[in-house]
Amino acid sequence: MIDFSSVADNFNVIYPELALLIGAFAVLLLGTVKRFAGLCTSVAGLTALIALWLAVDQFGTQQSGFFGMVTCDAFGSAFKIIFIAIAIVTMLIAHRFMIVKQIARPEFYALVLISTFGMIVMANTTDMIVMFLGLEIMSVPLYVLAGFARRSLQSNEAGIKYFVMGAFASAFLLMGIAFVFGASATTDLRRIVADFSYIIYHSGLYMYVGIALILVGFGFKIGMVPFHAWVPDVYQGAPTPVTAFFSAGPKAAGFAVLLRLFMFGFEGVAELSSIFWVLAVLTMTAGNVLALLQDNIKRMLAYSSIAHAGYILIAFAVGGEDALSAAIFYSIAYAIFNLGAFAVVVLLETRSGCRSDFSELAGLSKASPYLCAVLALFVFALTGFPPTIGFFGKFYLFSTAVKAGFIWLAVIGVLNSFVSVYYYLRVLKVSYFDRVEQPALSVSYTPAITLVLLITAAGTLGFGLFPQKLLEFAQSAVFAFL
Amino acid sequence: MIPISAYLVVAAVLFGIGTVGVLTSRNLIIVFMSVELMLNAGNLVLIAFSRALNVLDGHVFVFLVLTVAAAEAAVGLAMLITLYRNRETVNIDRFDLLKW
Repeated sequence: MIDFSSVADNFNVIYPELALLIGAFAVLLLGTVKRFAGLCTSVAGLTALIALWLAVDQFGTQQSGFFGMVTCDAFGSAFKIIFIAIAIVTMLIAHRFMIVKQIARPEFYALVLISTFGMIVMANTTDMIVMFLGLEIMSVPLYVLAGFARRSLQSNEAGIKYFVMGAFASAFLLMGIAFVFGASATTDLRRIVADFSYIIYHSGLYMYVGIALILVGFGFKIGMVPFHAWVPDVYQGAPTPVTAFFSAGPKAAGFAVLLRLFMFGFEGVAELSSIFWVLAVLTMTAGNVLALLQDNIKRMLAYSSIAHAGYILIAFAVGGEDALSAAIFYSIAYAIFNLGAFAVVVLLETRSGCRSDFSELAGLSKASPYLCAVLALFVFALTGFPPTIGFFGKFYLFSTAVKAGFIWLAVIGVLNSFVSVYYYLRVLKVSYFDRVEQPALSVSYTPAITLVLLITAAGTLGFGLFPQKLLEFAQSAVFAFL
Repeated sequence: MIPISAYLVVAAVLFGIGTVGVLTSRNLIIVFMSVELMLNAGNLVLIAFSRALNVLDGHVFVFLVLTVAAAEAAVGLAMLITLYRNRETVNIDRFDLLKW
């Protein structure tokens, strides 16, 4: 007999998720009535703020519910806050852009909220069934978001490419989970960890096949080389605010699950360290080298996001608690300055006839000096110059690698950062020093996007100078790792 | 009693056909079908293991996967129709606006 008296306690665990879901459906319903359609933006924003408040309230507690299917530990609740914050920033960035490009529809906000819900589900569980479902709840709205500009051929193409690659990756992931289930007779990572040596001894082959397939599946999702081919196409073709969301949210979610799987669930497989060593080197090198060749800012940022995924993969090769908190720290840092950089790109693209090619940056320093200064800050953060958060994130990541004896990995990481200086600084070179015949179009700020620029700039610089608070946040997310 | 390996071989073959279909086919609809084939190969593995191990988790998982596959197919076909309206083709080779 199931005891239903504790059902209410179960719902305590998922208050932020519930808020997001209710808000998303409210937006969908309101969107059908013309008179209320204008309200949708505010409803979505309010929902996200409420969810953020609930998530912050939950942070630091350790609860599980729904028969162990949902586990809201410090790691999970930290990522809840990150995902909801990313969703809020995305909606702020998107508002004006969608109106200018004539694709402002209420469904956009509902899709962002549902996708965020999926991310939270996948980060807050130790059960692989729930992880798979969360991944799909996250991905399906993302396919639609990538193709959101229905009339734009590029957006159509980005959507369909993302859909095919995403579904392909899901099939690999499902196959992997099936094999791990076959080896261990359970889908719960905690039970797999408890009997790990027994499972490897009795059905090691199934387990290895399963782990490899899972790695391929998530490799696609986080844009790991050699499964990265879709990233630049989708990043370039999707509407720019959606690209900003892609590069921050789903990426962080993919890493959250990957961290849980490979630094907790399958930690016992010793060979994984050297596999991740190779993958990290491949990913950062390929990302940085290919970024050198790009003429489109969005495409350059796509390759740069591959490179940054490579840096985070270093943590998987190193292993251990320090590496874990370094990976969490870097994911947050990357989300902050990358969203800032994309906010600038969105602002530039709202000018008429702009396609975010490098040449459009020429003369920007004269036309809008403040924006150019902010852009410079984000570029410095992406490169990893002090005193930005980008520097501290990289420093923390590489120093944990050195401490654990992975000196060559850290050296390759640093060399890669030097390569990246070239293409990042090209942004500044064009915007500050290139000559132009006619002055650049000036940009029109809105309160929402100004707020985003201020927050991300303050975060990039503030946490760069005083990383203590963010570091404590990342470390506290580790210690209660369930 | 059919040994578990037989089911796994069938699933592997299905998965292989699906993978090859996704990678080589020029028609988007066939690509979608191949992806479904791969998902069903996964389902077959889940069911086979579930039966062999006498655990119910796999059976339940398969139902959830079926739902997910239906949702994915709905979204994918909707996007395909949008694409066809704009381009009047579903041939993958023609989607070359985005490349480096």
